[in-house]
Amino acid sequence: MTTLTQAANGKAFSRDMKIGLFIPCYIDMVYPEVGIATLELLERFGLNVGFPLNQTCCGQPMSNSGDEANAAAAERLFIENFSGYDCIVGPAGSCVKQVRCHFDSMEQTDDVKHVRQHTYELVEFLHDVLKVDSFPWAEFPHSVAIHNSCSSIRGLGIAKPSEIMGAPFNKTEALLSRVKHLVLVPVDRPDDCCGFGGTFCVTDEAVSARMGIEKAHDHLRHGAEYVVSPDMSCLMHQQGVARRAELDLKYIHVAQVLNGGPF
Amino acid sequence: MSKMTQVDPAANAQLFILQDQIHEPMHDRFLWATMMRRDAEAAAIPEWEELREIASKIKEHTLTHLDHYLEEFEANASKRGAHVHWALDAGEHNQIVYSILQDHGVKDLIKSKSMLQEECAMMPFLEKRGIKVIESDLGERIQQLDGQPPSHIVFPAIHKTRRDVAEVFARTIGTDPSDDDPHHLTELMRNNARPRFLAAGAGMTGGNFAIAETGTFMVCTNEGNADIGAAVPPLHIASIGIEKLIPRVEDMGVFLRLLSRSAEGTPLTQYSSHFTGPRRGGELHIVLVDNGRSRRLGMPDFWHSLKCIRCGACMNTCPVYRRSGGLAYGATYSGPIGVILDPTFDEFKYSELPFHSTLCGSCSDVCPVKIDISDQILKWRRVMAKKGYLPLAKRLSFAVAGHVFGHPAEYRAMENVAEPAMDYAPHFLLYNRTMNPWGRDRELPQLAKETFREWYLANRSENANVQQ
Repeated sequence: MTTLTQAANGKAFSRDMKIGLFIPCYIDMVYPEVGIATLELLERFGLNVGFPLNQTCCGQPMSNSGDEANAAAAERLFIENFSGYDCIVGPAGSCVKQVRCHFDSMEQTDDVKHVRQHTYELVEFLHDVLKVDSFPWAEFPHSVAIHNSCSSIRGLGIAKPSEIMGAPFNKTEALLSRVKHLVLVPVDRPDDCCGFGGTFCVTDEAVSARMGIEKAHDHLRHGAEYVVSPDMSCLMHQQGVARRAELDLKYIHVAQVLNGGPF
Repeated sequence: MSKMTQVDPAANAQLFILQDQIHEPMHDRFLWATMMRRDAEAAAIPEWEELREIASKIKEHTLTHLDHYLEEFEANASKRGAHVHWALDAGEHNQIVYSILQDHGVKDLIKSKSMLQEECAMMPFLEKRGIKVIESDLGERIQQLDGQPPSHIVFPAIHKTRRDVAEVFARTIGTDPSDDDPHHLTELMRNNARPRFLAAGAGMTGGNFAIAETGTFMVCTNEGNADIGAAVPPLHIASIGIEKLIPRVEDMGVFLRLLSRSAEGTPLTQYSSHFTGPRRGGELHIVLVDNGRSRRLGMPDFWHSLKCIRCGACMNTCPVYRRSGGLAYGATYSGPIGVILDPTFDEFKYSELPFHSTLCGSCSDVCPVKIDISDQILKWRRVMAKKGYLPLAKRLSFAVAGHVFGHPAEYRAMENVAEPAMDYAPHFLLYNRTMNPWGRDRELPQLAKETFREWYLANRSENANVQQ
């Protein structure tokens, strides 16, 4: 796991660093409000945030399917877009994991190494780099179940996986617990995969849908009104399943809660 | 290359899920409960993570000095009076076993559960040659009577309900089909099997661990069934994969603490039996089997799979396995460990297996010997992609997507077409040109009226100009 001190390469984080905003393709097209919430939230901390307009996709759909050749162009473009920034922040654990852990099919130039070491998922950026301890503008009078994605938990380490023994921690929970009137509800299987899995959700539709519906019932059973996640891709799947089954659950990104919208 | 020879785990899993409302939920709940017990047992050991690390290191050390430890084991086992045989592959293994049985005029064999003997397809081989084989592990016996391979390494019949078992017993040993009481069923099987256990001319076991410094091998069971096979007939034959070696007796202090806790969430198996040479008046044969293991040892990305101690924890924790049932994998080994082992036996036949995973990573974290299972699944996907085994729809769409994602102008053009059309959701959901698989159990995501990029250009134009 890349820790933040390693990531900053000995350089202390400072508020005038250039932050590159990484908005994954599906957030751009399906959940622009998550991008807006992320940008506004970072701006609230007085950060210098830029959005490279030529960004497309991190290459994860191809790379996760083993197709490195077709992932290569997207990966190269990502480096081109972001190598000029001190830190890159994206509101999507699995996409950030792709950059940090799986950009290894191309030559590891200084630019590639820099981008890989300085790309953060939003929760870890807030929790570990900015060390935010309050969100005075945010208020959320609802019961919330947290869904940390598998990539965020086991790939980026934003929470302790239940299989690993040791002191529990959950960075998403730590941030959300700072939001006024928000009630966190525990669930039975907090880190059992929801069945999204990228292309898995269509190639293995039956298993994926079954995992998704069980996840939704787990949330519902514990009285959650909202499911909040650092990964909208999992929620896209869970929301689709819940809407088809006409379950009364709402799905939003952690950035929307922490920023106080837009919803 | 015929499509017929490729296993389709997704389709098989769908059948398992859709058969009724009973099997899949039961399967999932039982294995989840096993995981919960495992987590509680592991949490009770303060040095759990350290144990995993040590176990991993011992296995790595042994595997990288395997020739040395194998010879040491052979020398010590021989010194204790065991006959040690070497089998290059499944065929040699089966032939060696058959020859030993022939030499002793054995017609009836009692065996205890062994994944290696499954791997070698030993049972059909012997039965074809007139040897009657009876399985002594209850779950494995149920599977034998039903003509199915085990669906789980540790719980061979875990995909069956007690009604299923009652039906199998009624059909095969003539019990009352309406009696599905587990205690009755167990007693009925005991009464049916015991006379045959006592009459068998030879007993076969596998081996969980083979200890080089003493020539001992260990067999861990909960039913004591391996012990009856080893203790009653005069002839004991053990099949042991060459990766089962560990250097010293004291290493068992690490592995025994991990094995049953990981497998079933119990501190120890009921029986952990050490076999060092034949018992008085008996004869002991040990068949050390390679069957592709030394080739696997030479695979830089995959040799760590040889550390496996066959506890099945990766299966219990796997959300995909729990919903699929082990038979969906169409192979000796199922679940995450199967996904990375099976392709070493037949890459094409098992080329779809690495895709039957969400890459959630839980298997790697639960593994008591720290095999990087999830990373290996991704690496197998790369192998399959390079060999051209990716499904055609995926191949074509990724070629298009790979190009589009690499070229911003074309990506914008696609976005612009996509929005009004509404049927071009994120490209990765669309590779097959039909939303059917997504839409069967899910509503479609709604595309936004305005992309984030458009919003950004409209609301942060001063920055946009700078960034351009």
